[in-house]
Amino acid sequence: MSNDLSAKERLAIDRVHMPELAPEVRSRNFEEVNQGLSLDDAIQEAKRCLQCKHRPCVEGCPVGVSIPEFIDALAAEQLPESAAILQGDNALPAVCGRVCPQESQCEARCVRGVKGESVAIGYLERFVADWAMKNREKLRATQLPSKSGKKVAIVGCGPAGLTAAGELARHGHGVTIFEALHDTGGVLRYGIPEFRLPKEIIDVEVSRLLDMGVEIECNVIIGKTLTLDQLRGEFDAVFISNGAGLPAMLNIPGENLKGVYSANEFLTRVNLMEAGRNPDSPTPIIKGRQVAVIGGGNTAMDCVRTARRLGAERAMIIYRRSEAEMPARVEEIKHAKEEGVEFIMLTAPLEILGTEDGWVAALRCQRMELGPPDDSGRRKPVPVEGSEYEIPVEVVANAVGTRANPLLTATAPELALNKWGNIVSDENGATNLPGVFAGGDIVRGGATVILAMGDGKSAAASIDNYLKEKAS
Amino acid sequence: MYEIISNVTLAPNLHRLVVKAPRVAAARKPGQFVIVRADRGDERIPLTIGDANATEGTITLFVQAIGASTRKIVSIPAGGALRDVAGPLGQATHIEKWGRVACVGGGVGTAVLFPLARALAEAGNQVTTIIGGRSSQFIILADEIAAFSDEVLITTEDGSLGRKGFVTNALTDMIADPARAPKMVVAVGPVPMMRAVAELTRPHAIKTLVSLNPIMIDGTGMCGGCRVVVGGESKFACVDGPEFDGHLVDFAGLVDRLTTYRSFEEQARHNAECLIKKEMPNV
Repeated sequence: MSNDLSAKERLAIDRVHMPELAPEVRSRNFEEVNQGLSLDDAIQEAKRCLQCKHRPCVEGCPVGVSIPEFIDALAAEQLPESAAILQGDNALPAVCGRVCPQESQCEARCVRGVKGESVAIGYLERFVADWAMKNREKLRATQLPSKSGKKVAIVGCGPAGLTAAGELARHGHGVTIFEALHDTGGVLRYGIPEFRLPKEIIDVEVSRLLDMGVEIECNVIIGKTLTLDQLRGEFDAVFISNGAGLPAMLNIPGENLKGVYSANEFLTRVNLMEAGRNPDSPTPIIKGRQVAVIGGGNTAMDCVRTARRLGAERAMIIYRRSEAEMPARVEEIKHAKEEGVEFIMLTAPLEILGTEDGWVAALRCQRMELGPPDDSGRRKPVPVEGSEYEIPVEVVANAVGTRANPLLTATAPELALNKWGNIVSDENGATNLPGVFAGGDIVRGGATVILAMGDGKSAAASIDNYLKEKAS
Repeated sequence: MYEIISNVTLAPNLHRLVVKAPRVAAARKPGQFVIVRADRGDERIPLTIGDANATEGTITLFVQAIGASTRKIVSIPAGGALRDVAGPLGQATHIEKWGRVACVGGGVGTAVLFPLARALAEAGNQVTTIIGGRSSQFIILADEIAAFSDEVLITTEDGSLGRKGFVTNALTDMIADPARAPKMVVAVGPVPMMRAVAELTRPHAIKTLVSLNPIMIDGTGMCGGCRVVVGGESKFACVDGPEFDGHLVDFAGLVDRLTTYRSFEEQARHNAECLIKKEMPNV
C-alpha cells in the first residue's frame, strides 16, 4: 500500500460532503449543482478506503473499474497514475462520476457501508476524471497498439457507443460512429441537463476518443441514410447502440393540448437546442408557471428540476406509487426537494384539461393506494374511488418511459427482436446476425447510462474476439 | 458541411436550393424529408426533398422563408454551406397505378407535390395537376410539372393567372365530370387547403393523401412533438408520415398545435427585422 495508515486510522475519518450550490441560487440557473471536491478533501476521502483484498466494490461496477487501485494512487497523491488506472477501465469517468447510481452499485458493496458510510467512490471518480481533464499534459499518452486493419461501425454516439468506441480503438481497430443528431453524446447531451452534467464534459470525453483515431459522423440515421446491410458490407463488425427511441404516451384525453411535452421533447429543447437557457437560441419552449411532470424516474427529476429553472413557481412530480417505489436516484430526489419541487405521491393523471383555445389548463388526477406487489415486485397502485381532483397547470411533461425506435430495425427484417421491438442479444452482446452486436437501451428498453456503458464494454470485448477469430 | 450548389428565388420568399448531400441523394425516395440547420446553435428545420440527383450527389430543397431560421437558410448564397442536413426521413410515398390522379398543390406545397406527382406519372397514372396561389407570382414550377402531367390547371385568388378562385373550384369540376373524375387525390399545401380538399373528396369516397408538416425537432421519432391524430390514434408525422389519409386526419388538432409557438415566432421575426434595420439603416 502506497500510504501507511492503519485500518483504525482510516476508520476514524468521516465521509466527505460534496459542496453544492445553494438551492435558492441553483434553482434559478443551469449551473452544475455538485461543485466537486477540493484536492485535500479528495485525498482525505481516499484514505478512508480499506483497500479490501476481495474488492467487493469492483463487482458492483458494470464496467469493472479498478476502484481500490485508483483510490490508492489518489491517497498517495499520485494523480497521473490514478487517472491512468481510471481511464484505462472507463471511457467516460467524468460522466460516470456524476450520473452513476453509485449508492446502488459500487458504494452499496463497500465494506465501510456496513457499519457506517461507504467510501464516496463516485465523488472520487469525478475528482480524478476532472483533474485529468485539466491536466492533460501531465498524463501519459495512451499507447495504442498497431492497427489491426479491421473496421467497426457503431450506431449511435451515446454512452454505449462511446464506451465501445474507446475500447475498440484501444485494441487497434478502426472505429466510425454514426450519429443521427447533429451533435455527439446521445442521451448525455439531449437528455441529461447541464446542472447534472455540463456539456463541456461530453466535449472533452469525446475529444479524447477523437485523439485515439475514432471517427464520428453526425447526421447519419442508420435505417434511413444508410442501412444495416450497407454497414455490414463496408465494415468487419457493427455495434448497434441507437438507444431508446420513441416516447411512451400517457394515452389519456388532452395529451395533444399545447403545453404537453414528452420528457424527450422537453429535455431536448432545453438541453440540445438550449431553448429557455440561452437567450440566443431560436428554438422555443413553453415555460409554465405551474408544471406537472408525470413519472418517478431520473428523467422525471430532470424534467421537473429543469421546469423550476425555467421559472416555474410550482413544479410538481405526479407519481402513482409512493416515494419508496420511485426509481429515481436518492440524490436526485433530495436535490429536487431542496429546490422546492413538490412531490405529489399516490396520484395518477386521468385527463389533461384545456382552455378554449387549446392550451393546458389543469390536470385531473385520482388518488391511489398501494395494494399487493405486482410483477415488478413493487406494490401495485389501486385507484381510490371518488378521489378525483384537479391541479391547475400550464405545462405537463410526460416522463413515463420510452418504446423501441423502429428506424433501424424496420430496414433490417432479419435482425431478431423481442415482442417490444428491442433487439435480442446474448450476454456477449451478439445478435442473431454474424458480426452484428447490440447493447444499451435498444436492447434493455430503458435503463441507465452505466448499464449502457457496461454493454458497450462487454460488446467491444466480444467484437475484438470475433475479429481475431475471423482473421485466424 | 453541406455545400449549396445553387440558390434561386422562385417566388417572393420562396427559394430553390440545390445542396450537396450524396448519401441523402442516394437513399431518398419521393415523399421523404430532411432536417436542416443553417449553422451551429440554429433550429432544426424539416424540409421536404423536392428532387435528387444521385449521380451528382445533390438534393433539391424548396424553402419558404417565413421565420427567422428559414430566412437564414435562404440567405446563404451558392458556394456557402448548411451545417447540418440529416435524412432522408419519414416514409416514402406509396406509389401505385390508380388510373386518373389529381395532384393539388398550394403555395410552397406545390414544390413538395412535385416529386410525388412525377412519381405517380412515371408509374403510369394520368396526372392532372392543379396549382393554386394568391396571385401569379406565387404559382411555381408550372413548366416543370407540365412536362409530365396530362393536364395542368392553375387557379389564383386574384385571377392574375389561370382561373380566379381556389384549387377546390377546379377540383370540384373534375370530380363532377365523369370523364375526368380522379380515382385518387394528392393534396399538399397550407392546412386549410388540404382540409378543404379532404372535405370535398370525402362524400365521393375518393382516396385523398395529404402531406403534413407539423412542429418537429429530431425527425427520428424521439421527441413526439410532431404527433397528430389520425383515425383516432396519435401518429408521429416524422416516423409514420409525413403523408396520411386526408379523410382520417384531425385537421383542427393539427392547426391548433401549429400555433403553439406563434408568439415566439412573432418575437423572433420582430427581432430579426430590428437587427436588419440597425445594421442596414437604408434598407
